[in-house]
Amino acid sequence: MSVVSETIDWLTDSAHWSGDDAIPLRLVEHVGYTVLTVAIAAVIAIPLGLWIGHTGRFRGVAVVLTGALRALPTLGVLTLIVLSRGIGLTPPVVALVILALPPLLAGAYSGLEAVDRLTIDAARAIGMTEFQILGKVEVPLALPLIVGGIRSATLQVVATATVAAYVGLGGLGRYLIDGIALRDYPKMLAGSVLVIVVALVLDAVFAALQKIAVGGRASLNQATRS
Amino acid sequence: MKITKFSALIAASALGLSLTACGSDPTSGTKSASDTITVGSAAFPENEIIAEIYAQALEAKGVKVTKKLNIGAREAYIPALTAGEIDLIPEYTGNLMSYFDKTATATTAADVETVLTSKVPAGLEVLDPAKAEDKDSLNVTAEFASKNNLKTIADLKGVSNLRLAANPEFKERPFGIPGLEKIYGVTGITFVPISDNGGAATLKALLDNKVQVADIYSTTPSILENKLVTLEDPQSMFSAQNVIPLISKKKASTKVQDILNKISAALTTADLLDLNSKNQGKDKVAPATLARDWLISKGLI
Repeated sequence: MSVVSETIDWLTDSAHWSGDDAIPLRLVEHVGYTVLTVAIAAVIAIPLGLWIGHTGRFRGVAVVLTGALRALPTLGVLTLIVLSRGIGLTPPVVALVILALPPLLAGAYSGLEAVDRLTIDAARAIGMTEFQILGKVEVPLALPLIVGGIRSATLQVVATATVAAYVGLGGLGRYLIDGIALRDYPKMLAGSVLVIVVALVLDAVFAALQKIAVGGRASLNQATRS
Repeated sequence: MKITKFSALIAASALGLSLTACGSDPTSGTKSASDTITVGSAAFPENEIIAEIYAQALEAKGVKVTKKLNIGAREAYIPALTAGEIDLIPEYTGNLMSYFDKTATATTAADVETVLTSKVPAGLEVLDPAKAEDKDSLNVTAEFASKNNLKTIADLKGVSNLRLAANPEFKERPFGIPGLEKIYGVTGITFVPISDNGGAATLKALLDNKVQVADIYSTTPSILENKLVTLEDPQSMFSAQNVIPLISKKKASTKVQDILNKISAALTTADLLDLNSKNQGKDKVAPATLARDWLISKGLI
């Protein structure tokens, strides 16, 4: 019980809300790493996933490759990159991008695969170009799964971005890693709670976005029907 | 190639045997026999090498010895020692003192030894400490040292825009940033926490000039390999960490004490650095071999 109440004290202590180790600063850093990572990963994975999903080419390779990427331990990758590139923002971002790629890629290609082939054939029959089919039919219909991929990637990255603190950067991981070093359990628990809160908030945001995406698809269906 | 039932059986039983070997917890073992000294060690190479030195020296003088090396951290092996599952382990004065008394503040070798001796629980005792020390040390590259004319930690006072890498606790411990400010008047340092105990990532940051000062344990081979300059600590900011045998009183006969004290008298920090370098360098010499060679070179066996 005492650790719980100490953690609440820690979180509500005004000293932890200002200065160079302040909670708002760490929150911003943490969300910053997450957004940067997911953005870079999305730029790589979503076009690739759409291409794989649209053409059906290299699907087997993509499945195996993303499966293999998933198996890489982020902390190990991070250490490896630090040893070749030195400390800085690059190593944790690269390690986290590797973590974010599989769900994004899977969301994109499986989203397109889930689109009814008859719909695509119909689009082709009315004379749409391949790009129009992709942009006007496949992507809107696949959007809920694509957003689902981004949601899943964001959740994994936000929970793992704590490793950035391992190599001298900030973020909420600072509280975890400094807490371990100093056997300061309230600090560690407070850090974990903050990570959970950020994860839940981001997840709620994406749940709402996914709903909007599903809604958009419904109206698209309606539009094509009427 | 066809896998026969017989070879599969052999493989399975070999695996079974090795798994059982893994399963035996070194700390849950039975008490060591009254005429035998069970030597333990912490789970890092240097400690294991020193434990081997103790064990082989005792054995050479006709003392019955068994070994239970690699027993995790202090929280695991001190209880094993008080329970009589092991009898002897190489320790470090400063850390052992803090383990027995969290409020202790002594830092010089003599003070630490005095406090430690008075805090050792009943049933255990420490023998003579060695000159050899393995402790935190602040290191800079040779180039940076000559450019800024650095010899001691105090010389950092004149250097601006310093970045220092160490484990995260360095930020708040008395021997860390607060100590640098209070004891040496070095202020305005940007602290870069890297959680690898002065390992490869810390070294890389130092060599890349991402940081200019790095906290690396004084017996780490990388200090010699990269010709780093260890800044002197004239005010003993870092508490002394001399190697010292911690032994169960019941097993500390005059003969045993004499053997171990002779080892302590001979063991230096340079020896530890050399032993660690050989162990972690490209040859990866085994602790037992290193221990034997060292004992022979010092004429102790």
